[in-house]
Amino acid sequence: MDDTDRAIINALQGGFPISDHPFAEAAQKLGIHEQELIERIARLRADNVLTRFGPLYHAERLGGGLCLCAMEVPADRFDEVAATVNAFPEVAHNYERAHRLNMWFVLATERPEMIHHVIGQMERRTGLKVYAVPKIEEFFVGLRFEA
Amino acid sequence: MVLNDTDRDLIAAVQDGLPMVARPFAAIGDRVGLDEAEVIRRLDAMLRAGVIKRFGVVVRHHELGYRANAMVVWDIPDDRVEAVAGEIARCPCVTLCYQRPRRLPEWPYNLFCMVHGRDRGLVEAQVEQMAARLGLQDVPRAVLFSRRRFKQRGARYASAAE
Repeated sequence: MDDTDRAIINALQGGFPISDHPFAEAAQKLGIHEQELIERIARLRADNVLTRFGPLYHAERLGGGLCLCAMEVPADRFDEVAATVNAFPEVAHNYERAHRLNMWFVLATERPEMIHHVIGQMERRTGLKVYAVPKIEEFFVGLRFEA
Repeated sequence: MVLNDTDRDLIAAVQDGLPMVARPFAAIGDRVGLDEAEVIRRLDAMLRAGVIKRFGVVVRHHELGYRANAMVVWDIPDDRVEAVAGEIARCPCVTLCYQRPRRLPEWPYNLFCMVHGRDRGLVEAQVEQMAARLGLQDVPRAVLFSRRRFKQRGARYASAAE
């Protein structure tokens, strides 16, 4: 990654134009050519530095359900339970974290009412309790990862 | 905003990202049978309505050298949550900030934020500083560092949502 890549990442986290020549528009602000921007973004995606290049939807406004969940998994069962949980197509990211509640994952469903159904299935398959902590309020963050 | 079938087709068409061509919205239009101007108009309307939160890149923080990622949770009195969350959300090291329900007795925390840093020590120092600056030293908190990541992109529906 060079300085131009870093400038691209920093600039585009704030947004990308929705217009007929968006790469040309964004490239101009970065002082590079349209084709160079396209090639660099394609490479950053191929290298997995960028996981997405496009829209980020608001799940609830799309009519879907989204819920952060936690489980307390005994250490000797962790991998087995992780495999069971991750096999659900509704599970997005799943992290092992250093706490008594040591497994944290996000469920995303097409309809909000399906969240409870998926949690019920998970509890039956693992024999463990799933703690659901859906968001009550989101506070605006001026998010950026400085590259 | 009420989405119709055409909007949903469009959402599905851009779900996996923009085509890497000079006129990506024209290319998307070709897939769903809309012209470029109509694609732009509809996406722009979804952005303004908040159905699309933002349009741009999502970085994999780990690959950028942000190797430590902590979920920092606080037990803030309910009547102060909004004010405190507003201040926490403004800290540059914080990337997400949510109020969530407590699950007593196992889980007493109601305010969650994500803090990313280049290493663990740095993240701990940032959390310390944040607590001191906001007068939260005495508020119960926990810092849950991630040990392993299993999936960052699984649920198709979720991959595009935050």
